[in-house]
Amino acid sequence: MTAKTLYDKLWDAHLVQQRDDGSALIYIDRHIVHEVTSPQAFAGLRIAGRKPWRVDSILATPDHNVPTTIKERASGVSGIEDPVSLIQVQTLDDNCDEYGIVEYKINDLRQGIVHVVGPESGACLPGMTIVCGDSHTATNGALGALAHGIGTSEVEHVLATQCLVAKKMGNMRIDVNGKLGEGVTPKDVVLAIIGKIGTAGGTGYAVEFAGDVFRDMSMEGRMTVCNMAIEAGARAGMVAVDDTTIEYVKGRPYAPTGENWEKAVTAWRELTSDEGAHFDAVVELNGADILPQVSWGTSPDMVADINATVPAPADEPDAVKREGMLRALEYMGLEAGQKIADIKLDRVFIGSCTNSRIEDIRAAALVVKGRQKSSSVKQAMVVPGSGVVKAQAEAEGLDKIFVAAGFEWREPGCSMCLAMNADKLGAGEHCASTSNRNFEGRQGYGGRTHLVSPAMAAAAAIAGHFVDVRDFVRS
Amino acid sequence: MKSFNRVTGIAAPMDRANVDTDMIIPKQFLKSIKRTGFGKNLFDELRYLDEGQPDQECTGRPLNQEFALNQARYQGASVLLARKNFGCGSSREHAPWALDDYGFRCVIAPSFADIFYNNCFKNGLLPLVLSEAEVDQLFSELYANEGYELTIDLPSQKVLTPSGAAFSFEVDEFRKHCLLNGLDDIALTLEQADAINAYESKQRESAPWLFDAVKN
Ligand code: SF4
Repeated sequence: MTAKTLYDKLWDAHLVQQRDDGSALIYIDRHIVHEVTSPQAFAGLRIAGRKPWRVDSILATPDHNVPTTIKERASGVSGIEDPVSLIQVQTLDDNCDEYGIVEYKINDLRQGIVHVVGPESGACLPGMTIVCGDSHTATNGALGALAHGIGTSEVEHVLATQCLVAKKMGNMRIDVNGKLGEGVTPKDVVLAIIGKIGTAGGTGYAVEFAGDVFRDMSMEGRMTVCNMAIEAGARAGMVAVDDTTIEYVKGRPYAPTGENWEKAVTAWRELTSDEGAHFDAVVELNGADILPQVSWGTSPDMVADINATVPAPADEPDAVKREGMLRALEYMGLEAGQKIADIKLDRVFIGSCTNSRIEDIRAAALVVKGRQKSSSVKQAMVVPGSGVVKAQAEAEGLDKIFVAAGFEWREPGCSMCLAMNADKLGAGEHCASTSNRNFEGRQGYGGRTHLVSPAMAAAAAIAGHFVDVRDFVRS
Repeated sequence: MKSFNRVTGIAAPMDRANVDTDMIIPKQFLKSIKRTGFGKNLFDELRYLDEGQPDQECTGRPLNQEFALNQARYQGASVLLARKNFGCGSSREHAPWALDDYGFRCVIAPSFADIFYNNCFKNGLLPLVLSEAEVDQLFSELYANEGYELTIDLPSQKVLTPSGAAFSFEVDEFRKHCLLNGLDDIALTLEQADAINAYESKQRESAPWLFDAVKN
């Protein structure tokens, strides 16, 4: 038998039918649904008089539009002030009620960002194919699953047929070996990877993250890395199953139990790339070389080490890239040669499907504890990824640490990651953000996003500008 | 998708060239989260005298009595007779959605804009091309006869008029097959339902935990 990659195994196990034109029907085990990309899909289903193929394979929760202040959340859907947001959230409720789809509604303790809720609930498991009308679905690849985002017409297709028409991607492996330095987090690792291969480096590939660094990483850290596979152009990112994976899944609400658990674990143990399996591309980084990262531009590959300076477009030989850098610096209001540590922040956002899990909140709290938000920072908010994360953090007293330091402690949702609700940046404001996209206007019209890890964001909130979190924690 | 075989219905005139998709369904209605319900805003700016708002109840709005669809003789029309380059402009799929939601099954014109033409097929609507002379003839017959009905017979690819005349039209074989059988992408996949079911049964055996229900 030929040696297979993890992706090959997942693909083969879900192949319903290979077609002559190279496309294939792939069976989908888990479908996660949120309010923004599903309404027309449900409407299409209704017009055609169809029903979801397997209702109990679907889990829904509203996240993009939900307000994150207690005040606006108090009266549930009807309390949402933006009428368009209200309709979208209400429509999700109506559709789920009509078809009998399980939905964690707005004030359900289990509600949260789709990509946090999926793994946390055990709805997403190793070896599954997982889709959601959202490009960060690759987060679930951390479980050793094939997970990626789909469009609205595909949402309808999966609802109706439990299958996706897909073409097999290439195999890419990204090896990060060695040990990470103190204060260097999974977010820094993935930003460094994107900085190295660029935002199209993974285009057309399913990426497996391999090497010591990922083996040593927690599940939540692996999720942070897989989450941003799409920022490197790859629709799917994944990490092979090991003890860490199985420990993480054990006991989750939807995890298998009893005899099925034993069988599942046996099957999951196979979810690694075989010795000698062929990869179409391999990228290598040395873990020990990675430093805390800060993005300075308007694309996730425009990153620099914390102790570096803003790069000079003049030094860039490629004309197209140079043009892009010039435009980015102009938009960001930065000068070439300026120290990254001198960038002053107006707001700080700790949250999003990249970094809003309990370990992220703990890492930020550790930095914040006993300190105060800088008076020059207008707002620092912490938005947990789900009600479950929020409850856990509160049980550990983390919310009090933030509030005492002058941070806002919010209700779960996407929030300022994409500014679809009321949480937005003002024009020209610089934000240290733990999210995944620093595109122009992403966090609000004219807003300037700097992507960082939770610890780096917390430290920046205290200092009022970027600081090397490693010195900061030691001091 | 609705299948299309033989449709007989009242024809209504849209007697101007270059009808764009903005005219078919103005932009303010695109905010909707639905794919249904656009019928009441079909040709909104021509049909009503006021400016339409999304989510507005349309029954009390002042009607433009000059506009064909507001006239008694064209009520219940399912065939739209139009002029050249119908459906130009923005690619919005809301345009065929609106025509379909209103009750049209077929648009006859001397030519169509490309994207609109494609979008129609995805939504069970038949965009049908006849020559300019033939379309002219249909327009004059239509104006001369109240309750003028046309029959579109897709299997034989013919438009039949009340006087017994028959006009042939062309349609791509594959699209014809899909329309006749009401097949959209989803329908095509559903033709493989046996394969999907077989896959599921096999998986249920070997990996039953994948089928544990998501429960509340
Ligand atoms: S947190 Fe941001 S990136 Fe993640 S799903 Fe929500 S909007 Fe998308």
